[in-house]
Amino acid sequence: MLSIKNLHAAIEGTPILKGISLEIKPGEVHAIMGPNGSGKSTLASVLAGREEYEVTEGEVYFKGKDLLDLSPEDRAREGVFLAFQYPVEIPGVSSTNFLRTAVNQVREYRGQEPLDAVKFLSLMKEKMKLVEIDQKLLSRALNEGFSGGEKKKNEIFQMAVLEPTLSILDETDSGLDIDALKVVANGVNQLKTKENATIVVTHYQRLLDYIIPDYVHVLFDGRIVKSGSKDLALELEDKGYDWIKEEISGTTV
Amino acid sequence: MTVSTKKDHKLAEIFLTGTAAMQDLPLYSNLKKSAKEVLEESGMPTLKNEEYKYTAISKRISDQLTHFGTPSSIDNLQKKIQGQQELFRLEEGYTLVCNNGIVDAHLSKIDPQLFQLQALTELSEEKAAQIGGIEKNEFDPFTALNSLCFRDGIRIDIPDGKIIEKPLLLVNFVRPDENGACIHPRVFIQVGKNAQLTLIEQTIYLGEDPVLVNSVSEWKVGQNAHVRSYKLQDGHKKNLEVSNTRSEVQQDASFTSIVLSLEGGMIRNNLSLDLNASNCEGNMYGLYLLNGKTHVDNHTNVDHKKPHSESNELYKGILADQSRGVFNGKIFVRQDAQKTNAFQQNNNILLSEDATVNTKPQLEIWADDVKCSHGCTTGQLDEEALFYLRARGIGKDAAKALLLHAFAGEVLDQLKEEGFKEYCEKVVHARLGGHY
Ligand SMILES: Nc1ncnc2c1ncn2[C@@H]1O[C@H](COP(=O)(O)OP(=O)(O)OP(=O)(O)O)[C@@H](O)[C@H]1O
Ligand SMILES: [Mg+2]
Repeated sequence: MLSIKNLHAAIEGTPILKGISLEIKPGEVHAIMGPNGSGKSTLASVLAGREEYEVTEGEVYFKGKDLLDLSPEDRAREGVFLAFQYPVEIPGVSSTNFLRTAVNQVREYRGQEPLDAVKFLSLMKEKMKLVEIDQKLLSRALNEGFSGGEKKKNEIFQMAVLEPTLSILDETDSGLDIDALKVVANGVNQLKTKENATIVVTHYQRLLDYIIPDYVHVLFDGRIVKSGSKDLALELEDKGYDWIKEEISGTTV
Repeated sequence: MTVSTKKDHKLAEIFLTGTAAMQDLPLYSNLKKSAKEVLEESGMPTLKNEEYKYTAISKRISDQLTHFGTPSSIDNLQKKIQGQQELFRLEEGYTLVCNNGIVDAHLSKIDPQLFQLQALTELSEEKAAQIGGIEKNEFDPFTALNSLCFRDGIRIDIPDGKIIEKPLLLVNFVRPDENGACIHPRVFIQVGKNAQLTLIEQTIYLGEDPVLVNSVSEWKVGQNAHVRSYKLQDGHKKNLEVSNTRSEVQQDASFTSIVLSLEGGMIRNNLSLDLNASNCEGNMYGLYLLNGKTHVDNHTNVDHKKPHSESNELYKGILADQSRGVFNGKIFVRQDAQKTNAFQQNNNILLSEDATVNTKPQLEIWADDVKCSHGCTTGQLDEEALFYLRARGIGKDAAKALLLHAFAGEVLDQLKEEGFKEYCEKVVHARLGGHY
């Protein structure tokens, strides 16, 4: 579904991603872990199409299409969804109006009829239950004045409404209390099918207790330096990153 | 070598000579005499004049207009009105139609039970003497120019206690002809004690020939009266518009002004609220959407003279191409005016590198127990927000429109008259969604 080969990306001339390769198949869950500043959000942003990042080398194919060739909106319409680490507050834009515009533009791209107000409302209601989000939140401007946890929930709610094939959750667990974490994880799990895949960026094993990954990758200084099963996450929780750093310097010396 | 001065005497001279031969209007001979003196003394403002330093409107008038007289009335106006699609029509309410600045009684629809409407030339001496008593000739050269040139105008009196629930629409149809291209609408509105009025003003330009509309509106707002005044400026690239509006607000009364500037060549609005007594409220809102070389300058002035008054001001602008916006907001809080609350904001979004904004708050506060705040921002569209919307599948143009509409919405939300609000939202929406 997603095939990343030797991806290099830079911002303002500074290389951040230094050769990432990753294969993701339908139905899989991949966790990406790594110390602060290692490039996790950068990878997520490059996949979603943020224009500040310059891809200097490598390629990314999504469902057979050259992803890097598509605009951010077309990537979303093709089924890529990024749950932002820091969702933006947008005063004056109502959550409902925004989501309806998004849903209908995605549908139009896929050659589907737009949803009328009634159908859209029932879709909202159904998905609201799934992530246990308060209706009151959605009657406000998009993310404006939302608490950290409410913003994260809203990301998952949007994901539920848009039903992407590839979801990238960038530290969606940070800032969530344990109950909210369970709700979010539960939402993600319910949305999981054999056809879609998830990338979970996280610092904490606790999320991976609920969203169980098929693979765990460690990102360090713009490279994936280690990949393993879900046990790798447990090991990282236990021992931190130092042993991996040592391993790397050991092999390079 | 030419010496630039603060004053353009040549332009003033043209108007002075032009009006010299005109028949005297005895009711206004004092007003016109004082106007003449002001113009002989001050001339028309140039860029050297601090108040006009970004807005070379006198030069534009000299360059663009060739005949400075007043056009005669437009023939068959009724037919022309029927053909006007961009015209806002009231479902319910009262309409005053002006033909090149002069009221047309046949096309107007008013209710004499609710308010008194008179032509300036038909006023009693006593009532005529009040014209020019609020917006005085010496306050602005364009006010003096209007006083010098107007041949007639409108006075509206709302009796004490009359609450006029439906809005009053004042539409001015404008078209220059071989007699001239300068129109000087003059309006005086007195709103009695405990009375209430909503006024909607729109100028409709027939054709796209260069023309100057230089209006003066004077408001006398009685105790506990409440006025909402909306002005829609949506002309064409060659129209020049100057407006001087001044409102005297009495105790417990409120005056709310909303000015939407959507199209025009060069526009200068001077808006002044004199909060003369305690517990007054003055609100000033503005939205300007500019493209091409359109230039819009809003100078506002609120004067708090007595305790416990409040003023709120929000002007927002979206500027594309080589357009230019100017905002100057003066707030005076006199020594007596303790417990004043005064807020002012000016926010601008620049959509092009060639668009410019000059914004300046000017606060003068002599009282010590006051709450005043002001702020201004000028920047590009929020890139983070734009990316967020696009990452959800919303196309770039639609995402931009969504953000701009949200930005403009804060001002549009202040329109309380539903029909007019819907109309303005539609116009603004079309602008923001299309090729700005
Ligand atoms: N606009 C920028 N200009 C320069 N450097 C940047 C810019 N944005 C990000 N970086 C740098 O890129 C590196 C990777 O950042 P990124 O946000 O991808 O890290 P991360 O792995 O997501 O970290 P965290 O765990 O803290 O979220 C960091 O060193 C960061 O400082
Ligand atoms: Mg990050």
